[in-house]
Parts: sequence; C-alpha cells; structure tokens
Amino acid sequence: MASGLRILVPVKRVIDYAIKPRINKTQTGVETAGVKHSLNPFDELSVEEAVRLRERKGPLKVENILALSAGGPKCADTLRTAMAMGADRAFHIDVPDSNDGGLEPLTVAKTLRAVVEKENINLVLLGKQAIDGDQGQTGQMLAGLLGWPQATQASKVEIKDEAGTVEVTHEVDGGVETLKAKLPMIITTDLRLNEPRYASLPNIMKAKKKPLEKKTLADLGVEDKRRLKTLKVTEPPARQGGGKVEDVDGLISKLKELGAL
Amino acid sequence: MDLTGFSENQLTVRDAISTICANFPNTYWQECDQQERDPKEFHAALAKDGWLGIALPEEHGGAGLGISEATMMMQTITQSGAGMAGAQSIHANVYATQPLAKFGNREQLTETIPNIINGKWRTCFGVTEPNTGLETLALQTRAELNEAKSHYSITGQKIWITCAQVARKMILLARTTPREEVSKPTQGLSMFCTDIDKSAPGLELKKIKKMGGRAVDANEVFFDKYEVPASTLIGRENEGFRMILHGMNAERCLLAGEALGLGYVALERAAEYANTRHVFGRAIGQNQAIAHPLADVYMKLEAAKLATYHAARLYDASKTDNSIPVHSVGVAANSAKYLAAEAAFTACERAVLTHGGMGYAMEYDVERWLRECLVPRIAPVSREMILNYVSEKVLGLPRSY
Repeated sequence: MASGLRILVPVKRVIDYAIKPRINKTQTGVETAGVKHSLNPFDELSVEEAVRLRERKGPLKVENILALSAGGPKCADTLRTAMAMGADRAFHIDVPDSNDGGLEPLTVAKTLRAVVEKENINLVLLGKQAIDGDQGQTGQMLAGLLGWPQATQASKVEIKDEAGTVEVTHEVDGGVETLKAKLPMIITTDLRLNEPRYASLPNIMKAKKKPLEKKTLADLGVEDKRRLKTLKVTEPPARQGGGKVEDVDGLISKLKELGAL
Repeated sequence: MDLTGFSENQLTVRDAISTICANFPNTYWQECDQQERDPKEFHAALAKDGWLGIALPEEHGGAGLGISEATMMMQTITQSGAGMAGAQSIHANVYATQPLAKFGNREQLTETIPNIINGKWRTCFGVTEPNTGLETLALQTRAELNEAKSHYSITGQKIWITCAQVARKMILLARTTPREEVSKPTQGLSMFCTDIDKSAPGLELKKIKKMGGRAVDANEVFFDKYEVPASTLIGRENEGFRMILHGMNAERCLLAGEALGLGYVALERAAEYANTRHVFGRAIGQNQAIAHPLADVYMKLEAAKLATYHAARLYDASKTDNSIPVHSVGVAANSAKYLAAEAAFTACERAVLTHGGMGYAMEYDVERWLRECLVPRIAPVSREMILNYVSEKVLGLPRSY
C-alpha cells in the first residue's frame, strides 16, 4: 500500500542538556531566559533515524521528511538544525513562549494528528520524551488519536518490505523485545537507536534555503486548552553530608539509630 | 562574551563549531602540547564536516561565506580551549587558499581546493624568510625557469612555516626577477602552489622548538634547486606580491579573532577560579584586587571584539562596495589585530596571576594560553609595525624606517 515513506519528525527546543536548570523566582517552572537552548536529544535521534532510513535505501524510498516544532520564534533555529541534518522541509507552529511549560502533550498530539492527515504522513518518529518536561506522553497519545500501531523507545528500526512491514526492537528489562507492525505507524526513539551526526557546513548552508512554513494552531483547528495547572516547581533538597563510622558494629548501631534496621 | 549584534550566520557557525570542539577536551590539547603531537584528529573532524571550506567559493565545494564568519570560526576554536594550537592546525587551509582561489586557474583549483576542503591534503604558507623578516619585498628565495620552460628550480630559505611537516601543499612566494632588475619594488615576486615532497632532492625541513603551540610544527625550510613544474605558478609571473597583499587584511582579521578567543577563555577560567577558590573564608573574587583587573580586561576584550568584527565586515563589504577604500580596510584590520592581541595578552597574564601558583600548573590550562598568546602579538605583523603604519598612513607623520 505504501509507495514511499512520508515521515513526520516533531522536534522541541529545550534547555541544553549540559546546562544546570534553575527554578524561576515564582516557582512555576524552570528559568529559560538567557539560557542556552538546543534540539531535544531524543528528537535528534529521530531526525537522524529518518535520514538514515533514506540513506539505507531500503525497500521503501523516503519521499519526504517533514520536521515540525511548536513554540516561539527561536524554534526556527531548531528547525534549521533539523533541516541541516537532513529533513527536507519544516513547519513552525507559532505559539508564544511561556513560563509554564508550553503546550500540553495532548494539544501537541492533536496538532500532530492534524498535520499527519493534511500531509498524508505514514510514519511519525518522535523522541520518547523531551528532556525539559519529561512527560513522555505525546507519541502514545498521537497513536491513540490516529488509531495507529505504535512502538515505543526503539533501539532499532527496520523496514522489511515494500508493503510497509516494520520491525522495531526495544530494550526491556533483561533483554530486547522485537515488534512487528505495518505502516502507518508511530515510533518513539531511545538513546541507543543511533548516534546523531553533526550538521556539516554545506548542509547548514543548504538548510537555509529549504522551505520553512509558519502556521498557527488555529490553521490546524487546534485549541490551546489547559487541563493541568502547575502548582509549584521546587529544586530537590540539598544533599546532606555523610558521617563516618569506626567499624561494622558502629555501622549497625548507626543504622538502628536511624531506624533502617 | 556578549553575543548581541552578531549575524545569524555567525551565530550558526559559533554553535556548530562549539559542538565539534566539545569532543576535544582540554586534556587532549594538554597532551598534544606536551608531546608535541599534531592534532590531526581535530583537523580531520573539521574537514569531515566541510569547515575548511568556509570562505572558499561554492563552485569548488566551499561554503562561500566571508571573513566575518571565518573569524568567528577561528575565535570559537581558540575559545573552546584548543587555543592557538587548534587554530594553527587549520589556519593556513582556510586563509592561504584565498589567493589561490582568487588567482589560480581552473585546473589548479579543481585539483587542489576540493582535496584541501575534504582534508586529504593540508597546506602551509611559505612567505617569511630568516633574512628579510617583515620586509616582504626583499624576499631572496629564487625560482628560476629552466630553458625548456617546464620547471622552476627553487633555491633559498623560509622560516616559521607552520604545519610544513604534515602539509602536502605549500603556497610559496619566491623571486622570479632579481630585485635590481624590476621597475617597481612590488614586482618580481611570484606565487606557486607546490607539492611539499620531503623525499624529493633539494628540500629539507627542520622543526623549530618553540615557546607555545607546541602541538603544531613550525619549521625552517631549505630549498636547494628544488624542482617544481611550471604549471604550479599561480596567476602571472612577477605579480605575486599583489596576490599576497590581497589576503593580508583577511589574515589580520582571523588572527584578531584567534586572539579574542584565547582572551575570553582565559578570562572565563579566571572568573571561575576566583569564584570557587576560598582563602580567608571567602571567594578570592570578592577582593577587588582580583575582581577589578578581570572586569577591566573584559571591557578591553569587548572593545577589541567590536574592532575585529568591524574590520571583518568592512573587508567583506569592500568586495562588492567600491565606496570602501582599501586604506580603511587596512587600518581597521591592523588596529583590530593590535587591540585583540594586546587584550588577549592582558587577559591571559591576569588569568595566570588570578590562579596564583595553580596558574603555573599545566592542569589549569592558563599557562598554555599565556605561552600561546604571544603569537598574535608577534605575527603576522609586529605591534611596532602596526604603530608605524598608523603613524604614517593615518596621522601623516614622517616614516621612521
């Protein structure tokens, strides 16, 4: 049925993984102003996998890779990065920057559903979670909304035949599980799937000329409805210093004293 | 460093280069420096992603960006902690290829440029001579065409040729007409893009032991009737000086950027140390004797940064905008090099002093940067010659030499 792969790769602009996040003054979220941002590492894996599917020249040709991001104007940079890595075009869903975590996963999933339908997508590759909100829900919700099969936390993706049979391996406790499904489907990516490339200079230059379309939630018939309210965000308690004991007896009595034995 | 005001391209370059440099930690550079080992992995990583072609034309596989972006690249490299060693391992590939790209013929370009961009061949720049110093017009290395007009025979000596040990090509400036026989002093020199073939007769390289940037080799090069094909001549014979001149302002901008990166990274380290080192029950950075010199040098670096990117912008704009006189570009590029190198030196010296005894230890990196920051003060033109240039060309004072 599937003549080729039309892949959607949603990407999120998040605080760089190397930065130590700080809670904002109002305790409603993490301070984002003046902090280095980059492409969510899990989304980097999905962009890379989409590009590799194309380079592997498997039984199904990759017709198109569409990157999508929802957020403020700076998301355009993130999309350019995705295109420099190899995505063909991008949608920027314009949503004002906010301090309370941005769109909820269900809203994002509904947005993605609208794009999937409009653009005739047959494979969505998503990071398993964004490292800022750590909600890890969007892929699953999207599969539910579309009624498509899903394979989460993939460590290997293989297109088996022209009919669109896909085998996905994911790591579970004590081994690996291999799943088989047919396109169209949803795959979320995990760390061991691949090692994302750096965008090369010629590709960075080419990415500047690739089409980046700006859209609004209203264009896609989606409303930014809030179902959750963040009450408070706090930092973990500071680590208490340890103590030294003389010997095993000392250790046991200390543990008893603390009620651990 | 404050990033407001940079162009989107410059910021893209900065981001991408930082990501690559992050794979080469300070321990890598310490080791290369201590063991005098060529950082070939670093050169290969930049070549793999096309960065050596940043300022080369698109039709030959380059990115066609300007000196504004290349300067940002060089600054980002030194600022990553790689220092001058990192910059010098690729510098000539980015810069010495400029006159080749502009004046070379089609064959020379298609043969050479793609191999330099993809990292297969490395290049070095052969201009400086032991007996001429800054007086480029008095170069003595001779290139004589044989009777069959098939080969030039090169005889003479070059010095401070960076990366000659690892380079496959040399952009060479040599005299094709004796100085006494030319009508204008700027004539008589020619430019070549030759192979550096150590196994061939008439070529000898001698490594110079030096103060800093020890990872990157610098050499004395001896030519004794070293034969190169006549086809290696770039452009017209006797017109070489004009071609070299074309690239000099660009090189000053790149060097200024390299100095800036060194200054900023040293300052970052100093501030970090001043914040975490506690003596007498408080961070030493709380003492104004520590804090003020660092604040002062931050402003010096920012000022030099503005001068540097102003010069780079002028250089790039002057290619398409005839209303910008060459003179303005020259003054801006020389001033930028001077200011950036001096600010970098101050920053590196204060960084070592802020660290106290630890600043003298290799582990803290600042001693390495202090050793290296002398390079942009001295090269490619000394501070004194820049002061001479500004005295004469801007202030109209009589020439002293």
